[in-house]
Amino acid sequence: MKLKLKLPNPGLDDRIPSHGDLERMEKDEAGDRPQWDNKAQYLLTCVGFCVGLGNVWRFPYLCQSHGGGAFMIPFLILLVLEGIPLLHLEFAIGQRLRKGSVGVWRSINPYLAGVGIASMLVSFLVGVYYNTIMAWIMWYLFNSFQDPLPWSQCPLNANRTGYVEECARSTTVDYFWYRETLNTSTAIDESGGLQWWMVLSLIAAWTVLYVCCIRGIETTGKAVYITSTLPYLVLTIFLVRGLTLKGSTEGIKYLFTPDVDELMNPSTWLDAGAQVFYSFSLAFGGLISFSSYNSVHNNCEQDAVLISIINGCTSVYSATVIYSIIGFRATQKYDECFGDNILKLMNAFNYPENNITQSNYNEILTHLNNTSPDVIQGLSLQICDMQTFLSQGVEGTGLAFIVFTEAIIEMPISPLWAVLFFIMLFCLGLSTMFGSIEGVIAPLLDLKLLPRSWPKEVISGLTCFASLALGLIFALRSGNYWLALFDNFAGSIPLLVIGFFEMISVVYIYGMDRFNKDLEFMIGHKPNIFWQATWRVISPLIMIFILIFYFVTQVTKELTYLVWDQEAESFPTLAERYYPQWVYVMIFILAGVPSLAIPVFALYKLIQRKCCKKDYDDSTVDTISAKIQMSDKMKL
Amino acid sequence: MLGRIVFFLCLPSVLAAQLCKPNAAEGFKVRLSIKTALGDKAYEWNRNQRFLFQAAIAFAMSHHLELEFNVSNILVCDETPRVSFWFVVTSPGDPSRLVGKESVELAVRESRSRINNILLLNDATLEFVGVLPTLTAPVKPATPSWLIVFGVVIGMVGAGIVFLLVSTVVQKKRKKNEVAEEEDDDEEAQMKRTAGNEGIYNTSFSEYDRNTQM
Repeated sequence: MKLKLKLPNPGLDDRIPSHGDLERMEKDEAGDRPQWDNKAQYLLTCVGFCVGLGNVWRFPYLCQSHGGGAFMIPFLILLVLEGIPLLHLEFAIGQRLRKGSVGVWRSINPYLAGVGIASMLVSFLVGVYYNTIMAWIMWYLFNSFQDPLPWSQCPLNANRTGYVEECARSTTVDYFWYRETLNTSTAIDESGGLQWWMVLSLIAAWTVLYVCCIRGIETTGKAVYITSTLPYLVLTIFLVRGLTLKGSTEGIKYLFTPDVDELMNPSTWLDAGAQVFYSFSLAFGGLISFSSYNSVHNNCEQDAVLISIINGCTSVYSATVIYSIIGFRATQKYDECFGDNILKLMNAFNYPENNITQSNYNEILTHLNNTSPDVIQGLSLQICDMQTFLSQGVEGTGLAFIVFTEAIIEMPISPLWAVLFFIMLFCLGLSTMFGSIEGVIAPLLDLKLLPRSWPKEVISGLTCFASLALGLIFALRSGNYWLALFDNFAGSIPLLVIGFFEMISVVYIYGMDRFNKDLEFMIGHKPNIFWQATWRVISPLIMIFILIFYFVTQVTKELTYLVWDQEAESFPTLAERYYPQWVYVMIFILAGVPSLAIPVFALYKLIQRKCCKKDYDDSTVDTISAKIQMSDKMKL
Repeated sequence: MLGRIVFFLCLPSVLAAQLCKPNAAEGFKVRLSIKTALGDKAYEWNRNQRFLFQAAIAFAMSHHLELEFNVSNILVCDETPRVSFWFVVTSPGDPSRLVGKESVELAVRESRSRINNILLLNDATLEFVGVLPTLTAPVKPATPSWLIVFGVVIGMVGAGIVFLLVSTVVQKKRKKNEVAEEEDDDEEAQMKRTAGNEGIYNTSFSEYDRNTQM
C-alpha cells in the first residue's frame, strides 16, 4: 500500500524544466551555467566537502567515549538509514532542477524559498567561524617552520630566574595555545582588543579561500585535486610513523575496545545520528549546488553510496591514525610521570640508578611506605594512570592544538610532522569551505540580490570580504569563546531543521511519484524499496527524533562555557562559567534566525500574494520559456 | 714523637671529616644520574671519576675567584649508591677555613656548562641541589619566522589573484573583439553584397539556367 500523502502544489510543472527541456539543455551548450570538467572533479569536490575537520577531531572522540568498537554499530546503522538517503536526495534534486538551494526550493514551491534562505544563512555563519579555525591552523603552520618548535619551550620571566608562571603551572603547549595564539581573556564579555597576528592569519585564510573560489567551480575544481587527496596521503604517512612509535597500539586498543553496554545509552545513538548528519554536510545547500552542475544522466545513486562509504571509511581511518599518536603521547606522559616518581624515591632514599623500574615500583613503594611513611607523604608522589592520559582533551581544537602538538614535539624531526599535520588539517578544512562558499554564492545569484552584470570574481570577493569582516570578532581576545558559541548554536539546530524540511518538501510537496519518475529518467531505473522506505518514513522519523532530543538537551542544560583563567582553582584545567544574559540574544540570532527564516518567508510570501493582488502570478515569471535567451545570431 | 707524627698525619683527614659533613652550612649536595644520561656508555663512579669532579670544581673556583685552588681543596663526603655526595671547598690559603656558599654557587653557575661537559652530563643529570640551572632564553630572530612564511604565502596568493583577475579581463576583451569582428564581418559582407559588382558573388544560387530543370 503506497503512501499517497501529497500536499497540493499547483503550477509545479511551470516552474521546473520538463524532461524534454532537460534533454535539450543536455544536448545544447549549457549556457551560462558552469559545468564540471570531469566526473573526478565532482566526486573529489563532494568528498572534500563531506570529509572535513569533524572526521579527524570529532569522530575519534565520539568513538572512544561511546564504547569504542561498539560505536561502529549505531554509526553504521544510522549512516545507512539516514546519511545515504539524505545524500542521495540532495544529489538527485539538485541534478534534476539544476539550481542552487534557493532556486530548487523556490521551484518546488515559492513558499519554500525560506528553506534555501535558511541554508544560505547557515552556510554563511558556519563559513565565518570555520574559516577562523583555518586561520588558527595557518598560524600554527606558519610557526612550524622552525626548530625547536615554539610550543616546546616556555619563555623566561622578566628577571630570567625561571619560566613564566602561567607556563610553568600548565604546559608549554597550553601556554602557546591560550596565550601566544589566542591571548585569551577570562570571560566572553571581556573582549580585549584585536590581536594583530590573528587578523593577519584571518586575512591569509580568506585570501587563500578567495583565490580558490574566485571563479566558482572552474577554480575550485582544479584546487580539489590537491586539497581532497593530500589528507589521505598525510594520514597514511602518519599511520606508518605512528605505528613505529612506542605505545601506539595502546591508543588503538583504547579506541576500539568495545563496550557493548554503551549501546543501551540513548545519547550514544543521538551522537551517532548527529555525527552522521553533520559529517555529510547536509542542509548547507552546497551539495545541491554541486550536483546541479552535473549532466542530467549522471548516476547520482552510485555517487551517493560511494561518497557515503568514503566518508565512513575516512572517519574510521583517521580515528586509527589519531589514536595511534594519542597512544604514543599517553605512553610518553605515563613514562614521564613514572620517571618523576622513581626519581623522587631514588633521591629521597639514595637508591642507585635503575634499581627501581616500572615493574618493581609498586613493591618497593609498599615496602617503603611500611618502613618510613612520613617521608613518602612528604614526597607527594603522583598517581600515574594510563587511562587518564588516553582520555585527555581529545576532541575539537584541544585535540589538534594541544594534544597532538604535544605528541609532535616528542617525535624526532618535529617540524616536519608539524608541517605535515597542519597542511593536512588545512586541506581538510579548505575543501569543506569550498562547499560553504558555494552554499552562500549560489543562493545569492538565485535570489538576484546582486546586479547580473557583476562578474563572479566580484561576487565571491564580496562574500569573502563580508565574512572576513564578521570574522574579526574571533580575532578578539575572547574570540575562542565566541567561536564555541557559534559552533554550538549556529551549526547544530538550524541544520537539523533545514534537513527535516528538505525531506518533507521533496517527499510530500514535490511528490514521491514525480521524484521516482525523475530518477528513472535520470539514471535509468526507479529507486528500489530501500530508498522508498527511507525517504518516506525512516529518515524523516530519525531526523525528528534527533531534532527533538537535541533541542530538549540544549534547552534543559545550563548554559555554561569553559574559560582559561589563571586565578581559577582548577587551573590549568578550564573553569566553567555561566554565560551573561545578553548571550541569549546572540543564541537566538544564531540558531533562531535561520530556522525561523522558513516560516517567516512563507508568511511573507502569503502576505505578498494576498495584499498585492496582481494579474500575473509569480510563477509565470519563473517559467523556463521566460528564461530562454535570444542568441545573437537571431538579432539580424 | 711517633704519636705526634701520627697525630699530625691524621689531622687533615680528621679536619676534613669535620669540615665536610652532610647538611654542612657551606656545602652543596650533588646528585649524578650517569646511567640516565649515558645509557650503555655509562661509566662506573669510582675514585678516579671523583677525582675528575674535584678537579672540575677546583677549576671553577680558580676561574671565578682568580685564586689557585687545588684538588685537595675540594672535600667530598657521604657518598651513596645513588651517586650523591656532599662537597665543601676549603680556602687555598687556610685549609681549615671553608669558602662561603655564595662564592661556590656563583663559581659553579659561571662554569656550569664546562663542568657538565667534563663529566659528560647536563643540568638535569648533574644536579647541584639548591643551585638553579642557568636558563638560556630561546633564540629570537629579528623577524619571527612565521612572518616570513606568512609573507611568502600572501605573496603567492596575491600573485594568483592578480593573475586570475587579469586573465578574466583579457578574456573578456578578447571575446568583445571577436564579437565585434564577427559583427563587422557580417556588416561588411552585407555591405559588399549590396554594393554591387565589387561584392563577393554568392555562387550557391547561380546556376545560369533560366529554366528550372524538371
